[in-house]
Amino acid sequence: MARAAVLGRLNWTLGEVTELIDETPRVRSIVLDVANWPGHRAGQHVDVRLTAEDGYQAQRSYSIASAPEDSRLAITVELLPDGEVSSYLFGELRRGDQLELRGPIGGYFVWEASKGGPLLLVGGGSGIVPLMSMLRHREAAGGSVGARLVYSSRSLDDVIYRDELQELSAGSNGPEVFHTLTRSQPPGWTGYARRVDGAMLSETAWPASSSATAFMCGPTPFVESVATALVLLGYPATSVKTERFGPTGG
Amino acid sequence: MEGGETRTDGNAIAGVLQEVFVREVTTSRIACAGCGNVEPIGAEHAYTQAPGIVLRCRNCDTVLLVVTQAPGRNVLAFPRSRWIEIATD
Repeated sequence: MARAAVLGRLNWTLGEVTELIDETPRVRSIVLDVANWPGHRAGQHVDVRLTAEDGYQAQRSYSIASAPEDSRLAITVELLPDGEVSSYLFGELRRGDQLELRGPIGGYFVWEASKGGPLLLVGGGSGIVPLMSMLRHREAAGGSVGARLVYSSRSLDDVIYRDELQELSAGSNGPEVFHTLTRSQPPGWTGYARRVDGAMLSETAWPASSSATAFMCGPTPFVESVATALVLLGYPATSVKTERFGPTGG
Repeated sequence: MEGGETRTDGNAIAGVLQEVFVREVTTSRIACAGCGNVEPIGAEHAYTQAPGIVLRCRNCDTVLLVVTQAPGRNVLAFPRSRWIEIATD
């Protein structure tokens, strides 16, 4: 067993739901107590598996939202139309329930404070989740690494972790946070109000000469257009790390 | 193949690849036999909507790796990859 763990064998395990946090009307965080959780790095994900009484199974990947330093594991899930897994996680899951999962998974889309910075994070919609793990990790590590977040949401009500991002950015070593609201903006909105583009990134991203590492996560077209724009701004392709959601099966 | 929105990347198949290789391989580099491009597996394009999971070169779209999952086994094919570098710790 110990040897298997060293070799990296993924084993399904159970986590107990200790808290459900409604982040927006369509997004919920699930906080889990997982016995013998081996720890994770910011940016990794877990696979969640549901099994029906007749044995039918459905499996999805969810990014870890909590920092490695946090005592409990948290994932954040978006409710998708007709999503067979997300609709269960929204409609049926209760505190005290057990959820089957395995992980942590992944190693490419990962940031550790010891790697230094500066750090550029660009998120679209629920693509913020692994980036939030990085920001929480950065904060827990003392916040000495410069960090900027460019975060695209449809409307103010769709901004996930809104209060926490506000608090983080108000801190003395806090990240700089730039919001853009693509579909509707409240009266008096002073942030951006369009899709992330090269002009916006030239105003918000670290200059290419800063040797920043960039992480972007969101729907496939979002991630690919942002990555292309950053390379046009002079970021080396190797310092631009992407995670595409693709067509989430829900 | 123009994948459009069905395209994800190597990160999305990290769990399946870890089942197959019994270790984390998204940071492992893979060499394309089509154009010679070398990238970490996590940076390559992945398609997961087919019966098998397909990893394609992000530069030229050549099929690097296919994983077909069946009850009790995984079948791994390397149609057009030259090598994979796997760390030994």
